[in-house]
Amino acid sequence: MSDGSQRPAGDESPVPEPDYTIESVTDKISSIVLVRPYGYGWLVGFTISFVLMMVLLLATSVLFIKGVGIWGVRTPVMWGFAIVNFVWWVGIGHAGTLISAILLLLKQDWRTSINRFAEAMTLFAVACAGLFPILHLGRPWVFYWLFPYPNTMGMWPQWRSPLIWDVFAVTTYATVSLLFWYIGLIPDLATLRDRSKNRVAQIAYGILAMGWSGSSRHWHRYRTTYLLMAGLATPLVVSVHTIVSFDFTIAIVPGWHSTIFPPYFVAGAIFSGFAMVLTLTIPLRRIYGLQGFITAKHLENMAKIILTTGMIVAYGYFIEAFMAWYSANPYEMHQVLNSRPKGPYAHTYWQLIACNCLIPQLLWIKWFRTNPLALWVISIIVNIGMWLERYVIVVVSLSSDFLPSSWAMYHGTKWDYATLFGSMGLFLMLLFLFVRVLPVISITEMRELVHEQAGHDESHGAGGTKP
Amino acid sequence: MPQIFHPSLNTLSRLSIFGGAFAALGLLAISYMLVGSPYQTQVGIIHDQPVQFSHEHHVGGLGIDCRYCHTSVEISAVSGVPPTYTCMSCHSQIWSESPMLQPVRDSLKNDTPIAWAKVHDLPDFVYFHHGIHIQKGIGCVSCHGRIDQMPLTFKDKPLTMEWCLECHRHPEKYIRPYEEIFNMEWKPPGGDQLTLGRKLIEDNHIPVDRLTNCSVCHR
Repeated sequence: MSDGSQRPAGDESPVPEPDYTIESVTDKISSIVLVRPYGYGWLVGFTISFVLMMVLLLATSVLFIKGVGIWGVRTPVMWGFAIVNFVWWVGIGHAGTLISAILLLLKQDWRTSINRFAEAMTLFAVACAGLFPILHLGRPWVFYWLFPYPNTMGMWPQWRSPLIWDVFAVTTYATVSLLFWYIGLIPDLATLRDRSKNRVAQIAYGILAMGWSGSSRHWHRYRTTYLLMAGLATPLVVSVHTIVSFDFTIAIVPGWHSTIFPPYFVAGAIFSGFAMVLTLTIPLRRIYGLQGFITAKHLENMAKIILTTGMIVAYGYFIEAFMAWYSANPYEMHQVLNSRPKGPYAHTYWQLIACNCLIPQLLWIKWFRTNPLALWVISIIVNIGMWLERYVIVVVSLSSDFLPSSWAMYHGTKWDYATLFGSMGLFLMLLFLFVRVLPVISITEMRELVHEQAGHDESHGAGGTKP
Repeated sequence: MPQIFHPSLNTLSRLSIFGGAFAALGLLAISYMLVGSPYQTQVGIIHDQPVQFSHEHHVGGLGIDCRYCHTSVEISAVSGVPPTYTCMSCHSQIWSESPMLQPVRDSLKNDTPIAWAKVHDLPDFVYFHHGIHIQKGIGCVSCHGRIDQMPLTFKDKPLTMEWCLECHRHPEKYIRPYEEIFNMEWKPPGGDQLTLGRKLIEDNHIPVDRLTNCSVCHR
């Protein structure tokens, strides 16, 4: 991480802006949920994402009726969009845990403005990711066979297969992310409960707040639990995508069987995760006027993380190519040095290099790091690039492996695309709902930050009790 | 500000959390018990048959050999449900006026087979061969139970994959000499099944390590 993550000083914009008080922070954030009516823009956005989600529903229904034959997967490419989308969504989910767990333990205060949103994004991304392994099963209705449970077949899942490791990695990740997010929400839910005028909202937030009263005992336990959860979540940042990369590395397919995969998959996950956080927060802060909380400082810090992890990813590509050459293994050399850059999918490969390695280099220039529009465009390019990366890994290797006589091209069908864009619809729809019903920024941690910046000498009022 | 919830809801909320956990576990336990119960496996359940045929009478009472009716059991995948002619080899002479046997006589007269209800019905994705089991030393009773004591036929074993695998993993616990295959009352000499079983595995060249390969049953 770069020096930009240190506490702001002097000419840099503070986090949050100094004219906020504990009261105004609470007002400003909770009003998005409680006071502001949903706008025209929200309705249009929600409708579009809802329609996209219906496309997902349609694609899934057709899939369940007709089977995976509606997809483009054909021998020899038996892994297609489903795996590409799975890895892409899981990767996007990584930013949430990194921001909430690792940056919390490293005491990076600037995480406070974005952690709630990033965690929600993580959950929704993991939900989208979790769909694909189930959809790609030949008989999706027996997906529970993936879990080890007492059954009448007298069988356990195949423990030597990384697919079963995936099941554990992803379900653990989803559970811990959900708990972490929910525990962090509890004091904010209590704030919403206390401030809402609507009876139904009071009851709903009241149930979810689990009787939070803001007593110092509550705060003490809350703080301990939150730190413990952060400690528990930290290894997950590294483990989940490592295990996802094992789906490839454990196989002997050329271009997959490589020890560089785990580290560069993890870096790629954080890379794409932060890109997605930027893609979503830049419009969000503008629409809801949150520039005071999510400042240029935040955007710049995230841009620096993207630049750093992007360079790790680029290094990963380089080492992959170098090792293929150094190994002198003809299949590996053909795959990495010939098939990818010069083969029938070369255009995809060079697009991925442009999106992931070249364009992020613009972030060396401060103007690109601080200009929201430029940063937004770059973040979308990175997202596209990371999807293409997984496409190249999955498809190119399978379409041209050891035996030239079995080589064949792969293309997604309309149903593949419908499922991909439909999952984006599901993701966006969940986010639109989240923005309407829960505080997008942690009110509690914001109040705490304002209190600390005011020099610790304020009275402990307005629910800003220092834990 | 007035209270949103009555204080009694504190207890209720605690109860609902614990209750929810127990309810979830309970549901899992119930579904596990259901799939192993006769409701699912049909163990001990008697199906309606066109003729009230008694194995107890024909096997236990009269001592007819299994192979008299199930002719192909030693060599074929299926044991063979006997044609009406087999029944008539006796019943054209004895009980030839019995009203219970009217469907059998109708079958012969109209040249239509008797539509027995299948009691042991394996899923279509399972390949099962009677012949190999008999040749390698699995007795009828091991899978069909004491058929010589069943007035009406029912399934004695669940035929779940778990049950199949139990024997495929440890055949020495069940295997018997070829001469005793059709003997319903056979016990291992001296009660030492394991020693005999291991010897028979050697003698019959049974590849135990390959018995649990997927393609042994799922072809």
